Amino acid sequence: MKLFFIFLSAVLVNNFVLARFLGICPFLGVSKRLSTATGMGMAVIFVMTMASVITWLLNQVLVAMGLEFLTTIVFILIIATLVQFVELFMKKNSPALYEALGIYLPLITTNCAILGLALLNVLYGYTLLETVVHSVAAGVGFTLALVIFAGIRERLELVDMPESFKGLPGALVTAGLLSLAFMGFQGMVKF
Amino acid sequence: MSDVKNLTKGFFKENPTFVQALGMCPTLATTTSAVNGLGMGLATLSVLTLSNIVVSLIRKVVPEKIRIPIYIVVIASFVTIVDLIMHAFTYQLWRTLGLFIPLIVVNCIILGRAEAFASKNGVLDSLFDGLGMGLGFTGALILLGSVRELLGSGTVFGVPIWGKAFNVFTMILPPGAYIALGMLAGLFTFIGIKRKERQKAKSNTEKVKA
Repeated sequence: MKLFFIFLSAVLVNNFVLARFLGICPFLGVSKRLSTATGMGMAVIFVMTMASVITWLLNQVLVAMGLEFLTTIVFILIIATLVQFVELFMKKNSPALYEALGIYLPLITTNCAILGLALLNVLYGYTLLETVVHSVAAGVGFTLALVIFAGIRERLELVDMPESFKGLPGALVTAGLLSLAFMGFQGMVKF
Repeated sequence: MSDVKNLTKGFFKENPTFVQALGMCPTLATTTSAVNGLGMGLATLSVLTLSNIVVSLIRKVVPEKIRIPIYIVVIASFVTIVDLIMHAFTYQLWRTLGLFIPLIVVNCIILGRAEAFASKNGVLDSLFDGLGMGLGFTGALILLGSVRELLGSGTVFGVPIWGKAFNVFTMILPPGAYIALGMLAGLFTFIGIKRKERQKAKSNTEKVKA
């Protein structure tokens, strides 16, 4: 039951983009087309889950050695390397998947949602299973917000907006309204 | 002269937040009040300046191909130092900013400046560039923090302006961050457009006179 609540909370209540402000750059950057938004979302779910499992294991080693203050440095290096490896591996073994996700992978290294998730898992003291569920849920929540937002933005381009609100300002206000809608989920799961 | 230019270009012309739209996550997340914005701005400012100096110092020994991981290690080390210092001396602020202090590592402003400026310029220029960009970022954060604090709880830096007379609680919550930043960015674009129009009108009248 706890796993279910972790999942629900990360997807809806504490949505990574709309409530926690993690991963805003890709959220604003690749949300212009619905198809790219889905591709980016899939790539993020994939890397997030892998990265948090590996950082969880590494954190056990760091804690055992009493080197907790090194978490930030170790985590970011691991994530950067991991993304490179995933890219190489996919290029060699599944060109189709690489075609679909390839361009988004380098962007993910600087996505603060990945590092943020790894640090949150440590902060909450999750077990390995809880970490996996939390990571998948965070990725799903990110994708959900990204896809909804991309859908709105595709229509937004056809609307007659004031000159100074075209582009980024209008997108930000739209994201604000979306976030307001997601606040309706607040209080659904207490953590 | 060029020092002054390096310092001031971050304030308006190349402002990291409003013009370049970099480092959005901490901008939106930590500006629930003016003080939090100031704290986050100063933390980023110090990491940015220090990493700019070091990246500029080592720019001739770093191999081209692995420069990004090296920059990330430099930045991450300074972030860890700032994190530990804030934990020791400004505990309350450290608690409020929480996750976003380690996340300074992935702030695109810092890696962006290391890659675009510090790796190509001398130490002094990089120092001023880091200071200027950091101050521009801090200024934007204070502005956004003040607006949200004023509308949300009627105070600025904890000083009551209109107190409880007019409070929109949403402004302190996540949606308020998006809406306030969107409005401010719209205002900046509006000023930019007006300024351009005025310049065009001016040059037109000069042409007519000539």
